[in-house]
Amino acid sequence: MTHKKQIILGAYLGGVNNQTLWGLPEAGSQIEFSSFEHTARTAERGKFDFFFLAEGLALRERGGKIFDQDIIGRPDTFTVLASLAAVTEHLGLAGTINVTFNEPYELARQFASLDHLSGGRAAWNIVTSFDAFTGQNFRRGGFLPRSQRYERAAESLALVRELWDSWAEDEVVADKGTGQFVRSGDVGAFQHTGSQFDVHGRFTLPRSPQGQPVILQAGVSEQGRDFAAANSDAIFSPFNHLPEAQEYYSDIRRRAVAAGRDADDVKLLPGGAFVLGDTDQEAQDKARWVRDQQVTPQTARVLLETVWNRDLSDFDPDGPLPTFEPAVDAPSFIQGRARLDSDLQGWADRLRAVQAEKKLTAREVVVDQFTRTEFVGTPERVAGQLDDFVQSGGSDGFIIGSHLVPTGLDEFVDRVVPLLQERGSLRAEYQGSTLRDNLGLPVPERRHVRASATV
Amino acid sequence: MSDTPQLHLGVALDGAGWHPAAWREPNARPDELFTAGYWLDLVRTAQDAVADLVTIEDTLALQSSRFEGPDERTDQVRGRLDAELVAARLAPVTQGIGLVPVVTVTHTEPFHVSKALATLDYTSHGRAGWQVRASAGASHAALFGRREVPELVPPFDIEDLKIAPFIQDVFDEAADAVEVVRRLWDSWEDDAEIRDVATDRFIDRDKLHYVDFEGKHFSVRGPSITPRPPQGQPVVTVLAHARVPYELAARSADVVFVTPHDHAGAEAILREVRDAEDRVGRTGLPLQVWADLAVVLDTPEESGADRKARLDALAGDPWFTDAVVVAGSAGAVADQIAAWHELGYAGVRLRPAVLPDDLALIARDLAPELRRRGLTRSAYDADSLRGLLGLPTDVPNRYATAR
Repeated sequence: MTHKKQIILGAYLGGVNNQTLWGLPEAGSQIEFSSFEHTARTAERGKFDFFFLAEGLALRERGGKIFDQDIIGRPDTFTVLASLAAVTEHLGLAGTINVTFNEPYELARQFASLDHLSGGRAAWNIVTSFDAFTGQNFRRGGFLPRSQRYERAAESLALVRELWDSWAEDEVVADKGTGQFVRSGDVGAFQHTGSQFDVHGRFTLPRSPQGQPVILQAGVSEQGRDFAAANSDAIFSPFNHLPEAQEYYSDIRRRAVAAGRDADDVKLLPGGAFVLGDTDQEAQDKARWVRDQQVTPQTARVLLETVWNRDLSDFDPDGPLPTFEPAVDAPSFIQGRARLDSDLQGWADRLRAVQAEKKLTAREVVVDQFTRTEFVGTPERVAGQLDDFVQSGGSDGFIIGSHLVPTGLDEFVDRVVPLLQERGSLRAEYQGSTLRDNLGLPVPERRHVRASATV
Repeated sequence: MSDTPQLHLGVALDGAGWHPAAWREPNARPDELFTAGYWLDLVRTAQDAVADLVTIEDTLALQSSRFEGPDERTDQVRGRLDAELVAARLAPVTQGIGLVPVVTVTHTEPFHVSKALATLDYTSHGRAGWQVRASAGASHAALFGRREVPELVPPFDIEDLKIAPFIQDVFDEAADAVEVVRRLWDSWEDDAEIRDVATDRFIDRDKLHYVDFEGKHFSVRGPSITPRPPQGQPVVTVLAHARVPYELAARSADVVFVTPHDHAGAEAILREVRDAEDRVGRTGLPLQVWADLAVVLDTPEESGADRKARLDALAGDPWFTDAVVVAGSAGAVADQIAAWHELGYAGVRLRPAVLPDDLALIARDLAPELRRRGLTRSAYDADSLRGLLGLPTDVPNRYATAR
């Protein structure tokens, strides 16, 4: 019996970017339920821990026109996850939900409902946004200053947790004989006053099967790391290479302990796409082809527009990068997509340096800098790469996706998963009944302050 | 076969049933109210009854025996799952039947409501509907903490000049919300996704539309992030008891659920609904008016009247509700339904007093009786909820037709 560290696996379904190749003959719908069902069932067949859905609340635009060169459009996260609960049994159901454009009472109800309806499989990737562009679709508009993002996130999460804990574990008595349904006359009572929220009332759901749904987060900045380490059950790590990943891993664990938590109660999960081949060379060639396909001439222009912040419609991507400078001070030419780097001039200079060093065309620079396939090789190589990464303390697992929707994950489950199982690093069968069980996370202790005791 | 148009059958699901003591019945499953299995069994029984649809009850706030604000009672069901998510959980494992959750529009975001229901329409393959709920209560506002609303203390008159403007405003906002939701459903034309590799375009952006709604309580730009749902426009319903909500239904809905208590009342309400349609200048199809009936049916062992008396004794008070409570045999209840159908009611929505008992009796006795009389359908013979209800299944897109 070996006691190897077990790899946590999440599966994402690609979309709403240029990574998913919508033009392939075998590419399926980004909207129909069958696509989500197929990917989720495949992930469950591969004994994955969870399925993950991203979110964006406004269609992206360039120069005031909606993107048309790559995938746009997606279904509602909560609804898809609740429907997936009907066609899966063990798989965790994780979704990104924004706290800027959702109110804590509703969020707490939706996630608690999802947790009840899935028998304890709900997970929330908490994000904030501050942009007025997305705000145009919502009641309050873009009300949140950038500086208050973490304040809003922290208070939202604290309040949501307070609501999840508002019913005692034994609150539902349902004694037909005595006629007592709930234990307390003030069941679910809460009161919260803070800088972001001033709310009170009665919450409508018993504590859910996981106690609290699993909390996911991404955090790289100082503030982000502290927040995630103090509050998350799992963190999306941006680091796919060992030295920096190990550094990040120890840093987060240190911060978790500083926040009074057990270091093992925070799981780190980098994300990545894979390409498999029968030989390493075949896989490398295919990965190269995929990356090339991900950057059509029009995609190259749009991605360069995010850096140059101006209209490059007439720009030839098969020539050199623009010789003129980015419009640093102009309003954003691309809307609804987070800037990877706020220093546009520095970013353009870096791309030019890559162009000079590697002697590339503009489009090739984009392929080089904007696309990535993290796991490339034979199934044996990829299984080894994943396992070694986890066993060396680079992470606790991965969130895996493919450039092909919805059947891309099949190959990973058919060819890589059995090797991970042989290595003793991935379960052969699900052990626990909830996502927390499967992730090896404790059920959070109920921390409830009676409304009447709150000042 | 009768010559009158088909009668539609709906079942309204809430907790352990609509009688406050329903959860204490031997067959009740009060400790499973928050599980998917309980709801799935209920909806499958409604499918056995060949009901056109089930509605799933919801409010933002916890149940209370008071008109507004929480109570301290411990002897009634408390707690509810989010109805839209219950519907979504059931969608892949039910067939034929329409899934109509209550979704509140006061305090919530029309953008989220729109994409949630559109997605339910995708995951149910065209069986999504929506019961719109407006919420005027101060205790509901306090859950969100974003606006001050006056306390309504009963008894009050909805026409009272001191509160009428506030009530009107809540319902005007609800109408605005439905308008935004409907515009967002249309904000993608059906063939907007083209995947044209030759021109490197995933969508034809000329077939996506800003909805540019500006109202008193919100403005929404759009388009939706979710493409147009399979039904184009999922079915919109409203429960209404008075002039202002009738007008909301007339402005916004396909179906209105009303609560007549007797024959004269049933006639009067139909007239009021038609008057409301005239006042708001409704165009297109008239509202389908469905009567709500709370039912306590006879079992072989016990009459419906005896069952109700026993439940009332358990509850400590006789059961009164906004809808008429009918206790009796399947034949007697069918007589009443048939009589109202003759008046012009397009459908009936049954509120089972006890779950699963009265729902099982509906499936075993009442629904077959209605079918035997040629009133209701005998099979799911349409592939969408709109189709079941006889609403046009090819709904023109307001933006496509405007081009």
